[in-house]
Amino acid sequence: MQITELQNVASQVRRDIVRQVHACQSGHPGGSLGCADLLVGLYFDQMNLKSNADGTKPFDMNGIGEDLFFLSNGHISPVLYSVLARAGYFNSSELATFRKLNSRLQGHPTTHEHLEGIRIASGSLGQGMSVAIGAAQAKKLNGDNSMVFVLMGDGEQNEGQVWEAAMYAPHHKVDNLVAIIDFNGQQIDGPTDKVMNNRDLGAKYAAFGWNIMKMNGNDMADVVKVLAEARAFAGNGQPTMILMTTEMGAGVDFMMGSHKWHGVAPNDEQLAAALAQLPETLGDY
Amino acid sequence: MKKYTFTEKKDTRSGFGAGMQVLGQTNPNVVALCADLIGSLKLDAFIKENPERFFQTGIAEANMICIAAGLTIGGKIPFATTFANFGTGRVYDQIRQSVAYSDKNVKIACSHAGLTLGEDGATHQILEDIGMMKMLPGMTVINPCDYNQTKAATIAVAEHVGPVYLRFGRPVVPIFTDPDQEFIIGKAWTVNEGKDVSIFATGHLVWEAILAGEILAEKGIDAEIINIHTIKPLDEEAVLASVRKTGCAVSAEEHQIAGGLGDSIAQVLIKNHLAPLEYVGVNDSFGESGTPAQLMEKYGLNAASIVEKAMKAIARKNS
Repeated sequence: MQITELQNVASQVRRDIVRQVHACQSGHPGGSLGCADLLVGLYFDQMNLKSNADGTKPFDMNGIGEDLFFLSNGHISPVLYSVLARAGYFNSSELATFRKLNSRLQGHPTTHEHLEGIRIASGSLGQGMSVAIGAAQAKKLNGDNSMVFVLMGDGEQNEGQVWEAAMYAPHHKVDNLVAIIDFNGQQIDGPTDKVMNNRDLGAKYAAFGWNIMKMNGNDMADVVKVLAEARAFAGNGQPTMILMTTEMGAGVDFMMGSHKWHGVAPNDEQLAAALAQLPETLGDY
Repeated sequence: MKKYTFTEKKDTRSGFGAGMQVLGQTNPNVVALCADLIGSLKLDAFIKENPERFFQTGIAEANMICIAAGLTIGGKIPFATTFANFGTGRVYDQIRQSVAYSDKNVKIACSHAGLTLGEDGATHQILEDIGMMKMLPGMTVINPCDYNQTKAATIAVAEHVGPVYLRFGRPVVPIFTDPDQEFIIGKAWTVNEGKDVSIFATGHLVWEAILAGEILAEKGIDAEIINIHTIKPLDEEAVLASVRKTGCAVSAEEHQIAGGLGDSIAQVLIKNHLAPLEYVGVNDSFGESGTPAQLMEKYGLNAASIVEKAMKAIARKNS
């Protein structure tokens, strides 16, 4: 897909994010907006996914013969739900049910409600990379050359289990795995370097044996280029870690540059101000 | 009353290892993970015959549980193995979110459960695992009683779709069940029929219940002994049919009284058929170092305790 087309999709996804969060007056817009370009780049360009003739996408849990994506920082569910709907896994009208009673779009993603596109529950942090490793190893056992992608937060790097997985993946040569850290520098209690300094994450992962790459996660051209390079590196005996720099709240000026919008919903006025900055490209749900 | 004799003693964990060896040969989707305890879990044969289907995680149980969850995505049937303390309590949130809530077909197979782990002491002697695991929606909880039953259970859980906690132990104990038994998840096994008191036992306490039954018989008491190998889903029909006949019951388990098999039985009786129930289990206490036999005696988890509780249950029934 052309970069401009991908940017158009991302604009609609950002509208979907703020509208979902506004409608239920809860959820996490900041990180969702920051990762919109990455998820659009993955699902609309870089991932090999099965498609139906009518443009919708089939879903089966095992995902054999197609690429898989896991969201470890499950609180940015609004961006995942929007991208899955816009990619054709379920009707975008269902986005209106986000976080409401009896919805399949739970506050954090779950398989429990059989929402197409979701393969693991996430929300309690630090578990997704381990799950992705297991899925990647299952692909190897199955002789399936597809890739597995996983996104984590930078605050999530505080979790000890992340480092168990960091040690394991290079040791077992899980080289069909691309992990991505959303480097927005913010977590709930403030900037990551104040709350718990991660210092040089790239050097840490490199020391464990990962192939390290960098990406500007809010530059669609760079997103696509780096994902393509990561794909091309697969099979070389090393997992790849992409350090993705993003701006929390990217695309909505008053939500950027602060951790304040991590888990706060906009009011009616703020919603209107946000939507005014985001062209409606695919039609609101 | 049927007499049980044994000619051989073996550890239940070796039954697990033997079951895994069978699965390695019969089910290509079965894979195993272990957190640096291959020898303790008796996985050597499986690993030797299926090296590509074994994943060493090192001492990193949280990672192991979630990798197991990931392996199911692609159709694998992973057995995540370690000591019961590290495979349940240490990783409860990983099991809750990535396995149980995510409906993953993971088998958590753990050795060294309970006091009979022995000399390593209370840090390793988990006595809360049955309670924690049975509280998770959709989780099946199985605690087999000897080598043969553990082997049969291991093979059976691979056929069951859904998360399972399979609990077994370290010490050598008598083998008294049929080597060719059909293991049916959720179906209690009546070891001995009786009319005076029902003894519901799980794991290592089943053999102690058999011994208790012999002692009770000498006192003229006809005990019904039922092996509850599957704690969840509990065979409620078997529990009720037995207690409706005997009028009182004893539960026996190598676990805390709070949250264990006895509590599950109490719920069934309270809802359906009020009757005296006495518990044989650990009473709100941690364990300690000692030989398995010393610990089982000190904490009241042996035939003598079961006899005492059975007499008490009968006295309450007749009062």
